Amino acid sequence: MRLALFADIHANRQAFAACLEAARVRGAERLICLGDIVGYGADPEWAVDTVIDLVAKGAIAVRGNHDNAIGTPSDSMNAEAQAVIDWTRGRLSAEQRRFLAALAILREEDNRLYVHSEASDPAKWRYVRDTSDAARSMMATELQITFCGHTHRPGLYSMSSAAKMTSFVPTTSVPVQLLTGRRWLAVLGSVGQPRDGDPAASFAMYDMASREITYLRVPYDVETAAARIRANGLPYWLADRLLIGR
Amino acid sequence: MTNVAALAMQPGAEIDGFTIGECVHRGGMATLWSVTHPGIDVPLLMKVPRISEGEDPAAIVSFEMEQMILPRLSGPHVPACFGTGDFERQAYVVMERIPGQTLYKRLGELPMPYEEARGIAGKIAAALAGLHRQNVIHHDIKPSSIMFREGGEAVLIDFGLAHHNHLPDLLQEEFRLPYGTAPYMAPERLLGVRDDPRSDLFSLGVLLYFFTTGVRPFGETESLRGMRRRLWRDPYPPRKLRADYPPWLQEIVLRCLEIQPSARYPTAAQLAFDLTHPEQVKLTARGLRIKRDPIGTVWRRRFNLGAVQPHAKSNVAAQLAASPIVAVALDTGDGSEALNEAIRITAGQVLSTLPSARLACVNVLKLNRLSIDRTLDEQGQNKHVDRLVALQHWARPFRLEEGRLTVHALEAIDPGAAILEFAAVNLVDHIILGARRNSMMRALLGGVSAKVASEAPCTVTVVRPSRLAQQANTGESGGTDHTKDEAAVTPREMF
Repeated sequence: MRLALFADIHANRQAFAACLEAARVRGAERLICLGDIVGYGADPEWAVDTVIDLVAKGAIAVRGNHDNAIGTPSDSMNAEAQAVIDWTRGRLSAEQRRFLAALAILREEDNRLYVHSEASDPAKWRYVRDTSDAARSMMATELQITFCGHTHRPGLYSMSSAAKMTSFVPTTSVPVQLLTGRRWLAVLGSVGQPRDGDPAASFAMYDMASREITYLRVPYDVETAAARIRANGLPYWLADRLLIGR
Repeated sequence: MTNVAALAMQPGAEIDGFTIGECVHRGGMATLWSVTHPGIDVPLLMKVPRISEGEDPAAIVSFEMEQMILPRLSGPHVPACFGTGDFERQAYVVMERIPGQTLYKRLGELPMPYEEARGIAGKIAAALAGLHRQNVIHHDIKPSSIMFREGGEAVLIDFGLAHHNHLPDLLQEEFRLPYGTAPYMAPERLLGVRDDPRSDLFSLGVLLYFFTTGVRPFGETESLRGMRRRLWRDPYPPRKLRADYPPWLQEIVLRCLEIQPSARYPTAAQLAFDLTHPEQVKLTARGLRIKRDPIGTVWRRRFNLGAVQPHAKSNVAAQLAASPIVAVALDTGDGSEALNEAIRITAGQVLSTLPSARLACVNVLKLNRLSIDRTLDEQGQNKHVDRLVALQHWARPFRLEEGRLTVHALEAIDPGAAILEFAAVNLVDHIILGARRNSMMRALLGGVSAKVASEAPCTVTVVRPSRLAQQANTGESGGTDHTKDEAAVTPREMF
């Protein structure tokens, strides 16, 4: 079974559509959405409807902090993010808002954990930025592999049976076998707002038979996504940063 | 888990289709079993880590590294991998069994004749070039990690300490002390650097020093304190130990043993090149000296250690790509000036962007199948030397510093095949040669560029003279000189 995993879509229609197509071409059999379907981007209705449709067909989705802020206003967001959340709330239907509010914050499947931020206290929305963040999350679960997002930067951590940590910035398109002798935390890059200097949309495939994860990059129509942000009166920086991937 | 594993591993047992045979080796980290599998007719070895209580945790981690890296490697310089099993049931790696002994068996014969050691080191360097090209650094180059195929190619075994540039490095934070074989370990490893392929060149330098002098350049110390000395103290030059030590060999050995990786050979392929062409090694003060660095230099190094450290994460592939061996095939006869000029422009563009590139200029003299080769021409001049001089002259405008230029005059019935063989033997990354428009030349040389371009193991650039030069040459049919003369004369209407 081949999983396609998407994190931090952020209402970027052009990026998400391009990733879905790339996953289809690679034979994805099951889709996992790791949260933050909305926020920052200009097509929240399309993004939420698309995920509703995928979930109806068997996909798994968990709730991100931006999805959460639609129903439960957050006091920790920066002004730009908050402005887009307020705008997004007005755009979504009651049914779409209910879908976001009802998403689980954490899902388990076989030996895998899906969560937006990290596993130790998912509702605190902490970032996994280094091995100590990763270790805290991995100590909080028994499952062998945790998939998360939230940082918008790809990262892959492992913990040996002696609790020694390793960190790694994945190389695009090179499969990495998640060895069974240790536990793993895979932080996905962002579909809709990459921040690692590469504007191409980021997602990953995981092959359950070979236990290999492959981080992928998909070039997409960034100009249109940025133009949509400006045309809807959203903060210009949110459009500009898509062009540079920061 | 441990008990289950111990029970399963006995002669006659079967794991994933592999039938266990005799146990051929019990080491500190792993045991090796001879195994068979229907449908696989090469001899196989199964490597099983020792994972019971009280074993070194390094055994597990290095086994995991090997399990990740070995299946991705290919080529004659590594054992082929036929399967892996994970820790959930029975951890193992099945690989091709290389017949024969490791180089360790030869330690009783040291010091070895220089020529033999050169040949061995050249094969190891070629193997390292093949490994580095696959983004892997071995990190445990020593006699017991090296075997040879019947065809002569060196095979690197034991990837438990290796680093793959595109995979997580499980050893990065595992151990407080650098893990490896102390006498062979590069100085930067003591500072925690695991991603520089030139660390393997240092280890090969230690091996070559040891094999030719009988003495290990940094002794056999195992203490961290003793090992750290190599961060500032250079070894005795081999010429101090053996008066007849060839300067070219010392030049190579001491360049491998440079403390700063940037002062070593930029790539294993370039080291292999020098080992293949000892007569062309450019001697510097390094090759001749008989004393170690003066104490002032050593103290400066020792107490400025912090100052030399900044080290960005290296990209193995980028480092190799920046240091290619570029071979330029040239005609030296009359009528090749325009084409050679065009080739010089192209080669100049390549060299100017790649400061570590190395240039090998090759001229092939086509031999007539029936004639006997004569080294001297009618006037008694040495044609071979003339061609080398012409190649040197052609390359002079590049002003390449010592060691970046070599010239080679070959003789062959089939020039294309000769160029291809030169490229394969010397691990050439890029061939630049000219396409000949002139029909008479083409008849003689028979589409050399087409043959090379289609069959070469590397990038090939086929250069044509600029359009202007081509036009000047096309109307020719014995009237070449006439055309050229006219072009050289200022037309009347210009005044």
